[in-house]
Amino acid sequence: MSSSIVTITTFFPTLGAIVIMLYSIIQLRRGKSREEIRPHYRWIAFIVSMITFVLSLGFLLGFDGNKTEPQLVTKVMWIQELGVQYYIGVDGISLWLVLLTTFLVPGAVMASWTFAKRVHELMIFILILETGMIGVFVSFDLFLFYLFWEIVLIPMYFLIGIYGGENRIYAAVKFVVYTVVGSLLMLVAIIALYYLNTQATGVTTFDMVEITNNITAGKLVIASNFQWWMWLAFALAFFIKVPLWPFHTWLPDAHTEAPTGASVILAGVLLKMGTYGLMRFNLPMFPEVSYQAAPWVMLLAVIGIVYGALVAMVQPDMKKLVAYSSVSHMGFIVLGIFAFTDKSMQGALYQMLNHGISTGALFLCVGILYDRRHTREIEEFGGVAQRMPRYSTMFLITAMSSLGLPLLNGFVGEFLILLGTFSSTVPYAKVYAVVGGIGVVLSAVYLLWMLQRVLFGQITKHENEELDHLSIRERFSLMPPVAMAVIMGVTPMLFLKASYNSVSNVSAIVESQASRAAK
Amino acid sequence: MLKWITFAPLIGALLCGFLGKKLGEKFVSFVACGSVGISMVLTFIAFFTKLLPLPENKRQITEHFFTWIEVGTFRADFAYLLDPLSGLYLLFITGVGLLIHIYATGYMHGDEGFYRFFAYLNLFMFMMLTLVLGDNLLLLFVGWEGVGLCSYLLIGYYIERKEAGDAAKKAFIVNRIGDFGYSIGVMVAFTTFTSISFVDKEIGGKVIPSLLSQAGGQAVEGVGMFGVMTVIALLLFVGACGKSAQVPLFVWLPDAMAGPTPVSALIHAATMVTAGVYLTARCSAIFTKSQTAMLMVAVIGAFTAMFAATIGIAQNDIKKVLAYSTVSQLGYMFLACGVGAFSAGIFHVMTHAFFKALLFLGAGSVIHGMHEEQDIRHMGGLKKYMPWTFGTMLVGWLAISGVPLLSGFFSKDEILWQIWASNSLPPGLGKTLWVLAAATALLTAVYMTRLMVLTFWGKERFKVAHGDGHGHHGDKADHHAIHPHESPAVMWVPLVVLAILSVVGGYVGVSAAWGGHNQIEHFLAPVLAKAAPLTDAAHGAVGAASAAASEAVHHDFTTERIFTGISVVIAFLGIFLGWQMFTAKPLRKMPRLLENKYYVDEFYDAAIVTPIQGVSKNFLWRILDVKIIDGAINGIARLFGETGSAMRFLQTGFARSYAAIMLVGAIILILYFTFR
Repeated sequence: MSSSIVTITTFFPTLGAIVIMLYSIIQLRRGKSREEIRPHYRWIAFIVSMITFVLSLGFLLGFDGNKTEPQLVTKVMWIQELGVQYYIGVDGISLWLVLLTTFLVPGAVMASWTFAKRVHELMIFILILETGMIGVFVSFDLFLFYLFWEIVLIPMYFLIGIYGGENRIYAAVKFVVYTVVGSLLMLVAIIALYYLNTQATGVTTFDMVEITNNITAGKLVIASNFQWWMWLAFALAFFIKVPLWPFHTWLPDAHTEAPTGASVILAGVLLKMGTYGLMRFNLPMFPEVSYQAAPWVMLLAVIGIVYGALVAMVQPDMKKLVAYSSVSHMGFIVLGIFAFTDKSMQGALYQMLNHGISTGALFLCVGILYDRRHTREIEEFGGVAQRMPRYSTMFLITAMSSLGLPLLNGFVGEFLILLGTFSSTVPYAKVYAVVGGIGVVLSAVYLLWMLQRVLFGQITKHENEELDHLSIRERFSLMPPVAMAVIMGVTPMLFLKASYNSVSNVSAIVESQASRAAK
Repeated sequence: MLKWITFAPLIGALLCGFLGKKLGEKFVSFVACGSVGISMVLTFIAFFTKLLPLPENKRQITEHFFTWIEVGTFRADFAYLLDPLSGLYLLFITGVGLLIHIYATGYMHGDEGFYRFFAYLNLFMFMMLTLVLGDNLLLLFVGWEGVGLCSYLLIGYYIERKEAGDAAKKAFIVNRIGDFGYSIGVMVAFTTFTSISFVDKEIGGKVIPSLLSQAGGQAVEGVGMFGVMTVIALLLFVGACGKSAQVPLFVWLPDAMAGPTPVSALIHAATMVTAGVYLTARCSAIFTKSQTAMLMVAVIGAFTAMFAATIGIAQNDIKKVLAYSTVSQLGYMFLACGVGAFSAGIFHVMTHAFFKALLFLGAGSVIHGMHEEQDIRHMGGLKKYMPWTFGTMLVGWLAISGVPLLSGFFSKDEILWQIWASNSLPPGLGKTLWVLAAATALLTAVYMTRLMVLTFWGKERFKVAHGDGHGHHGDKADHHAIHPHESPAVMWVPLVVLAILSVVGGYVGVSAAWGGHNQIEHFLAPVLAKAAPLTDAAHGAVGAASAAASEAVHHDFTTERIFTGISVVIAFLGIFLGWQMFTAKPLRKMPRLLENKYYVDEFYDAAIVTPIQGVSKNFLWRILDVKIIDGAINGIARLFGETGSAMRFLQTGFARSYAAIMLVGAIILILYFTFR
């Protein structure tokens, strides 16, 4: 498999965006009406995102799970003076995250099908967003990484700000300002890292792999208290993105206001950029600090797990409920990352994929009801299963996968995280694993309670008596994640094998540094 | 071969679920019963032609399917283990399961969710068989949660009824609390032994001995010691308490009766709820290493048995009586396990599966014949209308009451004797538990007699039917007297088979004191660990040495025979008392406290559910989240905003001045790093 496939996959959506742009200009010039060509934008975007997905599947052909270094690499000098390279590829950590992205975007396009205004911009935003997200995961150059990291914000800002609900401007600005504050700190840390590396080795480069190797090999030694500042700068950017408690309050607002498609991408992929960053930067670059900070980070993570679940439980709005459940589930992932064992980190990586699929599907489910009733209040529903049996079945399976039923995806991730955390050497890890386990109980409470009030019982509102069945489009948007939940739950080894070496490599770096520091 | 035992019902579930709606009732009945039939035939073949011929201590057949999860030193396989314990479970699960499937084709006839019902029921069979056959704690957990899912789906089967949905949710959540204990238990077991498997496994090129054999080599932890074995055992037992409805997690089972009656028979009486006993027996090597845990198992079991029996005596819903009876009988089984009589516990699981399934199906037949009436106060005199149902339930009643020569008698008598004879409990406690168990046996006979008397004997106390039932009576049924009728053959034939099993099922466990061989105990002996006598633990000795001592107690036939005599007296006394009390005055007022189930649900609501919801809503969300955390964030933002307007002169709107500011910033940074 030629390594240019990564470049092609990354930029194919942008190409699609350009095509939509040109198409709209040309067709409007030719005197076609907007209504006439509106469906075409959707189809172009859908087909482009599908092709991107197929292209990304090509990664699997050329990927060797035994290696830990980046593969399918393209590495060319881009800005000579600064040592910026166009350096992209995938390793075991990023491989599945890229696939998660390309897997979810077609669903997000389908979920955005019903918009009637500013359709071509909507599709362009989604496709540019896709390039940005893939770019974040495939970049092995700090400069490039930061570029993609920031690119992601812009289309998401517009998706929420233009296509969102009543309070959309507030939510969009909050989302962007909050995230930018974090990423500016990260920018400072990146510059500092670049500078220190140049000073220590004499090579000007933003090469993440090289810098990490220099640190691991002891060629680049950073003063301990300075390490702390840099660690914090990176961590804060990522914690906000995750979001880790108590940096989470932008998320419920963003989700409630965002349109369904944007919510799918936001919860499905954007949040993972935070946990990905922790795994990619904080752990291997500052293993000692990470180890020392771990008990505190894990504390925040378990607070988030329990707190998110409890607050989710009492939400009257379905989307807010799912948003708070994300706070809880993302807490599991951070917990697993900062337990540093191979099992917990594998679990965390797997849980990133699971959360993307399950929560993405949950948002689709909520969106389907919203499209029919234009409300997300749980109180407004009841007895939906009698009108929409297929939908209810898929909603049920999705909820089960989210609450971690064995043989569905969520269980594997959560179990590995808790098992790995339980056997971690980080102080208090056992306590955190046990408290985290309470989150598993609570997830059943809030999800089943929601299902009970929405799907089951008598139909109490006459508006619900005539709810439409699932359309073909809706069915096709829900089926892939539901099927994936089953596949990932039954045969996790298909996925875990490819990532094991990369993940356990990071785990080994932290643990060896930590034990060295202990001596 | 083993995988087809489980896969047949799985395929059946998929066929029913996907094609059942189109292809109709006949197809669904055929597929659902056929798949369980295949499963049963294969079980019999595997059991009698593969497992039994093996030498007694080598009865282990494993089948590796694929490696489910393997990360570093952790490995959980999708692999099956057939040994005496799982084999015995398989026999009655598939046997009773098939009978209940056949019965259900009659009971559910005409229901619009027919296909859905059988898809769930078949899926349940797959999960239950996986639970029993799983060769490690995690695959067992797959089945464990899987049966929980099916239970959830089937309790909530009547989706339009609110109470069914509430009961389903409650069952799932209460089980989740138990499963929380279970999963932590698995983690402790893994970190202690790096194995969660019941058989030896190769991991990373190294053979890791099974969890059970490693546990067997541990020292016994005495009463009051909280070592790792105690922790593992107690955590697993929390899981068992959830699944098998023991105090304090029993509250879901009575509500679970909101599901269709065949479900109550199969899942909430014969099979799923005994999974906790299975787990305890399967991990007997772990439990016997902790006398604290064994003590807890025995005490919780005894307490639950007694507690539920007293509630059962005051219930008026025929299914609720049987539900509390099930909770009580499960307590009995745990009590047996807790005194080290694992095989007696398993024996009771089996006989209970026969007679309780029989009683539930009989109750279903009564409900069916009475047009959905479940209140025994509105029954009476039914024996002339439903001869088959009456005759078979009569057998079930006598069997559960412990009338000699029926199955329940043998297993219950064995348990009572083992409690008395146990030497692993502190002196005094063993005798106290025996008294509790004997009193429970008496109560069991009383409340079962009450149920039978109120249902089948005496005056007819039928209510006029009104249209609030299923709705399929239509308007005509209003103000129309009920005409009870016998159920169709497809329903009573399984009753007859179960009645026969309830009679003869006990003969595999006749104790040596009565000239039997107690085949079941010998058969199970290789897979069950022996409880350490109390004296051993004081010296911290490894348990095996004490085997001889417990053998000696075993051969004290005279005492054992006296105790059998006592069991017989208890059974007849209970029936006599019940008969006297309830033939004279069937609608005798029962104590309020018992009728209201000791207000446990109300207590849980007030003490746990309401406070958690209140705090979450009124403090965590509305104050901490919205006001404090988000308020702080917005406050900071406003602060910057105001500073920003003060510094508005910087914001010229020209790109070049922004560039200049960024440049200045960058220079400051660089200077800082250079001259630091």
